[in-house]
Amino acid sequence: MLTIVQTALEAGFLYAPIALALFLSFSILNIADMTTDGAFVLGGAVSAVCCLAGHPILAIPAGMLAAAAAGFITAFLQTKLGVPSILAGIVTNIGLYSINLMVMGSGNKSLFQAQSIYTLAKDAGIGGSWYKLVVTAVLVLVVCAALVLFLGTRLGLSIRATGDNADMVRASSINPTFTITVGLCVANAMTGLSGAMVAQYNTFADVNSGTGMVVLALAALVIGETLIGKGSMVRRVLGVLAGSIIYRFIYAAALRANVPADYMKLVSAVIVGIAISAPAIRNWAAFQAKKSKALAARKGEK
Amino acid sequence: MLELKNISKTFNPGTVNEKTALSGLSLTLADGDFATIVGSNGAGKSTLFNAIAGDFYVDEGSITLGGEDLTYLPAYRRSRNIGRLFQDPMRGTAPHMTIEENLALAYLRTTKHQKAFFSRVSKKDKAFFRDQLSRLDMGLEDRMRQPVGLLSGGQRQALTLLMATMVPPKLLLLDEHTAALDPGTAEKVLKLTREIVAQEHITCLMITHNMKNALELGNRTLMMNAGNIVLDIQGEEREGLTVEDLLHRFKAGAGKDLDNDRILLSED
Repeated sequence: MLTIVQTALEAGFLYAPIALALFLSFSILNIADMTTDGAFVLGGAVSAVCCLAGHPILAIPAGMLAAAAAGFITAFLQTKLGVPSILAGIVTNIGLYSINLMVMGSGNKSLFQAQSIYTLAKDAGIGGSWYKLVVTAVLVLVVCAALVLFLGTRLGLSIRATGDNADMVRASSINPTFTITVGLCVANAMTGLSGAMVAQYNTFADVNSGTGMVVLALAALVIGETLIGKGSMVRRVLGVLAGSIIYRFIYAAALRANVPADYMKLVSAVIVGIAISAPAIRNWAAFQAKKSKALAARKGEK
Repeated sequence: MLELKNISKTFNPGTVNEKTALSGLSLTLADGDFATIVGSNGAGKSTLFNAIAGDFYVDEGSITLGGEDLTYLPAYRRSRNIGRLFQDPMRGTAPHMTIEENLALAYLRTTKHQKAFFSRVSKKDKAFFRDQLSRLDMGLEDRMRQPVGLLSGGQRQALTLLMATMVPPKLLLLDEHTAALDPGTAEKVLKLTREIVAQEHITCLMITHNMKNALELGNRTLMMNAGNIVLDIQGEEREGLTVEDLLHRFKAGAGKDLDNDRILLSED
């Protein structure tokens, strides 16, 4: 049982940066960024190659930087070249598949023999048998803190305003091209961080490991926003983190209930579908209840 | 302060929808001028503002503000020196951000913060915001951490006015900014506008469909028709002018009656 909790916590933290990335691009900037899947693999691929070259620590910022570059391409396509934002992400994502193969040189890479941030921590005796969780959690909490601080700066506020009221932004001497570009670079850097950590955690990078990642992260984001709700930025960011962990516990519970791992994508899709459509369904139900009540009352009058 | 030289703009040129919105319009505003603009439907009043603010580039002519040539500057660059309020109170503020965050955005756009991407709002700035909000006399200074989306239209418009003028701009553009408010609130926002513009000595252009306001507010009244300014009344000439005189003068200048379905002619 303890192993399940440990694994769920580890996965929750490992994938939390992607949920934070979507928090920034989807919730704050109001852009559905389809670069996510490819950026995740790119972060992992760069991280794997760096590890094999003997630089496991450098691998983390390198993976983030590479993924940020992917975000830049998506932003450039939509702000400067007039490609609709969803399409821009899809185009970059498809292109990234080949880039990822080029980076790795093959469809997958094993890091079994290489040093990773996790083996370094283990050798240094950090965190005892929880060393994987400790390393991941520290990295992710630093990212959370940095994100909260960043969103309170002039640039961060400008990014938030860009997603909130485009008219106001133009009238406030903010260049939306710039804020969208920075926002998508930062978001994809976080996705890349997740990819970089996951590759080292699994001692394995695979070119197909990103498929559906955007939906899984969206599920975590939606769970976080629904359960923890809105409020201050600290609360919202921690809510997303909590959502990611809760999602992984649901995932672990489903696996334990003998749901085949292959079905988990369907489970995720259903969670996202229900959670996002919840307000519309609630409104519809409220209207139907009101209508039937009013109709019944009218009948009674006759 | 503001100098428009012969500006023209034609939308959809060469198509059946071709529309000449501005035709060779020239206007010079002196420092501290407060001009009201009235005109028929489709006379080009809002188009004139869009041209000055940079929503589109003009086909011909030049736009200069305080000696700086704006003609080919993008909108976000011009807005460093131009404050703007729209008729729709929802357009000027970010609804999901708090009052404090909205003010911070407006405040941090000043030149000294322009390049400092990571500058934050200090305690002193917050005290300043509080002080500024209390000028509005709407109790907003005690609601600084609430999202702007919870405010009424009038409160949002007053906040937008504050955001546009907290760091005094070289030019303030008011596009019927009280037209969507109820009469009481409109009066209050107008009073605030008058006070702030006078205190900060801001050069200001205001579109209105209230003829009484057009004559009372500011020191100049401009009338537009068919993409041009047909009447420019100021100084002694403007004093004692009634709404009726104004309509007569418009007819003489434009060669037709003032035709605006929203115009308010009443004297009270």
